[in-house]
Amino acid sequence: MHAFVTQFWPSTIDGLTIGSIYGLIALGYTLVYGVLRLINFAHSEVFMVGTFASLFTLHGLGITHAETGFALVGVLILMGLAGMAGSGITAVVLERVAYRPLRKRGSSRLAALISAIGASFFLQEVFALRYGRDLLSFPPLMNKTVLFHIGSGQVRADKVLVVVAALVMALALDRFVNGSRLGRGVRATAQDPDTAVLMGVNIDRIVMITFLVGGMMAGVAAMLYGNYFELTQYNVGFLLGIKAFTAAVLGGIGNIRGALLGGLTLGLIENYGGSVFGAQWKDVIAFTVLVLVLMVRPTGLLGEKLTRARA
Amino acid sequence: MRRIGLPDVIGPISDRWSRLPTPARYVVYVIAIVAAFALPADSIGSFMSPQSDWSAILFYPIGVYILLAIGLNVVVGQAGLLDLGYVAFFAIGGYTMGKIGLSLKWDFWVILPCGIAAAAVAGVILGAPTLRLRGDYLAIVTLGFGEIIRITANNLNFTGGPRGLSGIPNPPSVGSFSALQFNVATTKPFYYLVLVMIILAIVLVKRLERSRVGRAWAAIREDEDAAEVMGVPTFRFKLWAFAIGACIGGAAGVLFAAQTISITPEDFPFLLSSYIVVAVVLGGSGNLAGVILGAFLVAWLPERFRGFADYRVLAFGGALVLMMIVRPEGLLPSRRRRAELAEGTGGMGSLGGGVGGAQTQAVRIEAVETDAVQTGAVESEAAP
Repeated sequence: MHAFVTQFWPSTIDGLTIGSIYGLIALGYTLVYGVLRLINFAHSEVFMVGTFASLFTLHGLGITHAETGFALVGVLILMGLAGMAGSGITAVVLERVAYRPLRKRGSSRLAALISAIGASFFLQEVFALRYGRDLLSFPPLMNKTVLFHIGSGQVRADKVLVVVAALVMALALDRFVNGSRLGRGVRATAQDPDTAVLMGVNIDRIVMITFLVGGMMAGVAAMLYGNYFELTQYNVGFLLGIKAFTAAVLGGIGNIRGALLGGLTLGLIENYGGSVFGAQWKDVIAFTVLVLVLMVRPTGLLGEKLTRARA
Repeated sequence: MRRIGLPDVIGPISDRWSRLPTPARYVVYVIAIVAAFALPADSIGSFMSPQSDWSAILFYPIGVYILLAIGLNVVVGQAGLLDLGYVAFFAIGGYTMGKIGLSLKWDFWVILPCGIAAAAVAGVILGAPTLRLRGDYLAIVTLGFGEIIRITANNLNFTGGPRGLSGIPNPPSVGSFSALQFNVATTKPFYYLVLVMIILAIVLVKRLERSRVGRAWAAIREDEDAAEVMGVPTFRFKLWAFAIGACIGGAAGVLFAAQTISITPEDFPFLLSSYIVVAVVLGGSGNLAGVILGAFLVAWLPERFRGFADYRVLAFGGALVLMMIVRPEGLLPSRRRRAELAEGTGGMGSLGGGVGGAQTQAVRIEAVETDAVQTGAVESEAAP
């Protein structure tokens, strides 16, 4: 318990940082689940492709040392766009290849989940065979300057970037789903696909948009992850994917605000727990949270919003 | 014109098989068992596995994978629940064998029931809170459970941490028969042991399939709500499926640990769970012959074709996607599973109801454009 007190502020800051990344990835799970009621098991690989796309952008730009000022902002934006493009395209292709044929045939959900697992392995192995199974490091792009202190915790620039970017993206997504015409289509499909069809919603297009937008959020998460940890690997998505899914369930799957809240909560629980039991138990804590949430409150903190009509 | 596929060949064979009188069927069983016992012969090995010791491969991975696949088939194939953390039960069996064998110096034959019981208890502990959930949640929770077991084994001193347990005793040798001498140098006896366990597991699972329990599982798999309404206590039967699957996984784990002598957490990765899922799905979930074939292929192909070993995950991944699109019922399906999967039942409900909107949409547009006769056909297809 002593460690918990002394480590409180550093744990809080780290928890919010990693939690923001969980939250961004969780948005993809939540959107797809909301619309298709399908766990996109391969979403972790959508994220993984994003980290590689970000890494290749840095290589392509010939970054070898930390940048500052406008150069830094420009590179970050390019990196983010590359991540979004990589992840978004992967998600759309995934939907086309692994899900749509099953959806058209009205297959069982077991079949869809198995197809997703297959796609996940396939993507992982493509990258493992092409780029090896070792950790790949990012060139340092950003100086990890300490902006200010809260208690014993150091607030670093890269962590602030993660949290702020995640909040902005989640807000933008929330506006998109709740405010735009396409977003209305997404909500309509989530509530009742058959009626949505009768109302003239093109479901195939909505599903594609859902995957694309979810993938783009994972792409931003991938860029932030790369900038923060400066590492990636062919299986980087596996653990993050499960945790992000946990975050989505924790917040209430299908609920966009819930996904971010769930991510932040999970990040905090994991880090506080880690400071008490030791960092090697973090993953076990996260999985335990998943089991407990499903036992006690399977609808999550905020409830299943997108799917409320079809609970 | 209809394409002639595998089902057209297998259909008549399975028809003839089911019409065969019982004594004739037993003759076939006996021949199959004798053949299985003759399998480690060198002449077969020189073809099946020229690079490495055939009877060693027959035990692990082939025999153990088959045993695990039979166990997982109870959960996935019969009850229609996707368990992505099946390796956890295998690990629990393995660590029970290792821990008790090392500290209490008990006999393999005494530890075997302990390992099975430990796995069953773990199955119930995991199942009780999670089996009330939707099927797709279950998949992720079981995946998490598999990781919890592995990471815990890795973190605890009790289980030897990352270095695991070593010096686990072999099963005691029986008399002076060369086929029953269990030590580091022998491989065939372990194969015979796993073969006996496979046969026992097959008998158990077959008996269950034809019992009230098996019928309840089929009902749950096809439509859980309907089963519940008809008075099937779905939760209890799902828990049974989980526990029985866990028992078989635990038995495989005990056997594995008793043969390899040393186990580490790395012996129980998520990848192993997924190989077994691939084996069950590829072979034909719900059909024992299919599942055994699937497990054999998954275990044997990378051993036989070493070049393939590097690409196995890629190939398995691609095969899963392709199978689900082209042939979701697997290579050797049971007829019932095939019918279920064709109509979108067969585990965790249908994607169709909620999402088939797109199909309905396409069909309705078509319906406007085509004539009345076709419209009738189309509507009957579009109706839920």
